[in-house]
This record gives sequence, structure tokens and C-alpha cells, in this order.
Amino acid sequence: MTRPEIQTKDLHKSFGDNEVLRGIDLEIGRGEVVCVIGPSGSGKSTLLRCVNLLEEPTKGQVFVGGTEITDPDVDIDAVRRRIGMVFQQFNLFPHLTVTENLTLPQRRVLKRDKAEAARVAAENLARVGLAEKADAYPSSLSGGQQQRVAIARALAMGPEVMLFDEPTSALDPELVGDVLAVMRMLADEGMTMMVVTHEMTFAREVADRVVFMDGGVIVEQGAPDQVIGSPSHERTRHFLSRLLDPARAEVEETADRAGKTE
Amino acid sequence: MTGTGTSDTGTSEPGTQVPVRKQGLTRRQKTAVSRGVQYAVFVAAVAALAVTADWDRLQNQFAQADLAERMFPEIITLALKNTVLYTVSGFVFGLVLGMVVALMRLSSVGPYRWVAGIYIEIFRGLPALLIFIFVGVAVPLAFPGTEIPGGTYGKVALALGLVSAAYMAETIRAGIQAVPKGQMEAARSLGFSHARAMVSIIIPQAFRIVIPPLTNELVLLFKDSSLVLFLGVTLEERELAKFGRDLASQTANSTPILVAGLCYLLVTVPLGFVVRRLEAKAGEATK
Repeated sequence: MTRPEIQTKDLHKSFGDNEVLRGIDLEIGRGEVVCVIGPSGSGKSTLLRCVNLLEEPTKGQVFVGGTEITDPDVDIDAVRRRIGMVFQQFNLFPHLTVTENLTLPQRRVLKRDKAEAARVAAENLARVGLAEKADAYPSSLSGGQQQRVAIARALAMGPEVMLFDEPTSALDPELVGDVLAVMRMLADEGMTMMVVTHEMTFAREVADRVVFMDGGVIVEQGAPDQVIGSPSHERTRHFLSRLLDPARAEVEETADRAGKTE
Repeated sequence: MTGTGTSDTGTSEPGTQVPVRKQGLTRRQKTAVSRGVQYAVFVAAVAALAVTADWDRLQNQFAQADLAERMFPEIITLALKNTVLYTVSGFVFGLVLGMVVALMRLSSVGPYRWVAGIYIEIFRGLPALLIFIFVGVAVPLAFPGTEIPGGTYGKVALALGLVSAAYMAETIRAGIQAVPKGQMEAARSLGFSHARAMVSIIIPQAFRIVIPPLTNELVLLFKDSSLVLFLGVTLEERELAKFGRDLASQTANSTPILVAGLCYLLVTVPLGFVVRRLEAKAGEATK
């Protein structure tokens, strides 16, 4: 068996008394696209953030590309260069132009020279279809454009793995498609991707595997048709029915799930 | 018949007029009266001032044209120049020190945070005048033989810098904390170290946020530079306040004070205008 690109072993994470992850074992192979779904507060974003150590796990191990990143002696900055991350709120650097957003990390972190950084930046902006916005500032772009720039910024670092934390949740509905198209292109190119999302269509069509989380554990996982099409667990069915047909959902007595971690 | 009071719960039938009872003044009348009273008080105060003031004596004391004329060009070429020099050197020193203190305040190392906290509390709590006396007198006494480099200019930069650093540290700290958390996360996720992310991503954004309050601090420093008076300066080192006061006591007339004051306003009023412009711009950018 080939080495998994991302692996977590018995991963736990608590915020004070609130145990958000309760033992996650997950393996993602090279070139695999895994969508993580689940109700809010289920720990899926926290799991993703543990994979590049933006959250420090309370217990357990995380391996990326065979390196144990939870090892205190590992150079986390070096590891993170191999892991691209895309955030729900884009997090572009507002004081820099689009091109500078892509070139500054390359120059400061990868020590690429000016010309090389500019070339890689232009290349990746073209990939996400935003070559003509090279000199614009982020604030002048739509949410969908900003998110595509954020993806290009991560790609410019040449990552082996891409993490997406609800990349379309902050977008107006009509702008979601552009971002998903870029993500689909990346998946087709063989990028290893871990995507926390509520976009069931994307999960169904693009993902190799869908992981359903609830209450800090993986409830079930498998091929999209299986997990989304014919879920075997009641919790999955319940979640999907509320997500796919929210108008028909009934009022629940204890509907509030405390401890949303964002 | 219902509808005599507004407390009735909507029983007035359509078509029946609810009589509006006149209870005292209408809203329009109240506004007019209130405004009239305020104008009357204002006019009375101005009139009282104009009548009671001794205008001839005032003019004699404060507005002697030939005395004012004698102050030029020295008041600009020497006094204003020195004031600006003192202010700028104090500001630069304070900015550097304030930046260091702000970063210490945000450090994960406890002792750094405590030292920074204590520094800020002390230097914000003491009168600037006391710091000037301390730098001018106590330091040479406590460390005999040590010379503060730069003579008076060095002393002023030190004293003004020590005071302003405390304020600027708090301003810069607030600015750094005002940069959204996601900026640091994005930088870290791209492989920036914490320090590098601070320098390349966070601090440039923080400075944009704090430029208006820092400019305001510059205005305050500009005025505080007058405390050089208490350091004992040579003729060549005099700034506006000292220059004005010396001439005032020589001539037994207050005109030089007035002229020196106008010179301060020459700088502080435009700077204040710039601050308001910057604040308006910053406010717009965050919308």
C-alpha cells in the first residue's frame, strides 16, 4: 500500500472543557479528493485546521507526506509550505495588490527571485482565470474573485496538498460556481484535496470519498454515491435531509449545537 | 365617544377625527425657543466680554506690531526650527521604542509583558514635565560622567521619546490587534514564521490603522516640546516657548508670547486638519 498523503491517528482536540474532536483516524491517499461534511459544530473545520497545525491537537498524531507534523521538533513552517490552505473568509492581504499577494509569500518564504515569483504568480492567476485583475486590490474584487485569488496564492507556493475550509460558504450563491470550477480543475489535475464543504453537488461529482462527521467523530465514510446517495446511518440521513431540503425540516427541541469553533 | 386619549387601544373608528389637544408648545415652537435662548446667552457673553475688557491695555500688551516685527526672522529660522527638530527627534525615538514596547506587550514571554505593562503605566501616569526634570537633572546625578549623546537635542529626544513611547505603544498594540486573526493564519499557512508574518503582513496593516492616532500624538509632542524650557538651553537651542518668554521678559510685554503661540498654531492646525482627513479616509476604507 502506498503511503497516505495525509494521515491522522487518534486525533483529539479540546477547547477548554469542550471536546471538539474525539479520536479521528483518517487517511487520504495521494491525488485523492476527500470532502468532509457534517453539521456545524461537528468538528470538521477543526480537523482541517489540525492538518496544518493552525490548531494544536490535544492528543494524537498528524502525518503529512509521511512527516509527523505533531512532532514538536519538526519545522512547521517548512511543512506548511507543502500544504496550501483556502479559508472561508479568503484572508487575502488587503494592503497588497493581487499580484503582490502571490509574489510576497514566494519571495519571503521560498526565497524566489523577483522575476521567478512574478512568472509563477502570472501563471497561477491565469489558471484561475483572473490574469486581468493582476494589479487590482482585493477590496475591488467580488467574493468569488477574491477566493480564486486566494486559491492561486496557495498554488503559487507549489503545495502537494490543498485544504479547503468551507471555501464557498461566504459567497453569494451566483459566485459559488466559479470557485467550484477552479477546485474541480485542481481535482482533475490530480491534486490531493481535503475539502470541508456544504456543497453536496460538488461532493457528489468531484470527491473520491465523502466523510461524514458529527459530534467530533467520523460517523461514516465512503464513495459519494454511498454516503450521500444511500447513507447507512440515521445521523447522516437526518443531516442530509435537513441540508438538501431545508424547507421541510422540522423544529427540533435541542436544535442548537453548542460549540461552533469558528 | 372614545379617542380622547392616545392610551386608548385603537378603538377610534375610521372617519372620526381624533382631536389633537394642544398641550403647551408644539415641537416646532420648542425648538425655536430653545435656539433663541442659546443665541441670547451667547450674544450676552460676548457683549459682556467686549464691554469689560480694557482694549487699549490689551493691545498694548499683546499686539505691538514693532515688537512682533523684531522677532522675525529668528522666530522662524531658530525657534520654530528647533521646535520641529525636538519634536521630530522625540517622535522618531518614541516610535521605535513604542514599537518595541508594543511587541513586548504582545509577547508570549511573561516577563516581557510585565515590563512593557509597567513601563506604559509609569510613563503614562507621570507628567511630562517630571520626565524632563528627571532626564535633565536626575540622570546626570545618578550616573556621573555619562553624557546623553547629542547634548540638549539628545536629552529632549530622550525625554519626549520616553513619554510618547508609552502612548504610542498602546496605540500600536491596539492597531496590531485590530488586524483580523485570519491574516496571521493565512500567512502562517503559507509558511511564514510568526516573526516574518508580523513584519511582512501584520505590522504594515497595523500602521495603516494607527497613522491617524500617531499623527495626533505628533501634535501633542509638538506642544510638549515647550518643556525644553526646564532643561536650561543655550541661546542657539531655544525653541518657540522659550524664545517667546525670553523676549517677553526682556521687553516687559506679552506680544512675543502671542506671536510664539501663533507659530504653534501654524503647525498644529494644519496637522489637525490632516488627522481628520486621515481618519475620514480610514473610516471609509473599513466600510
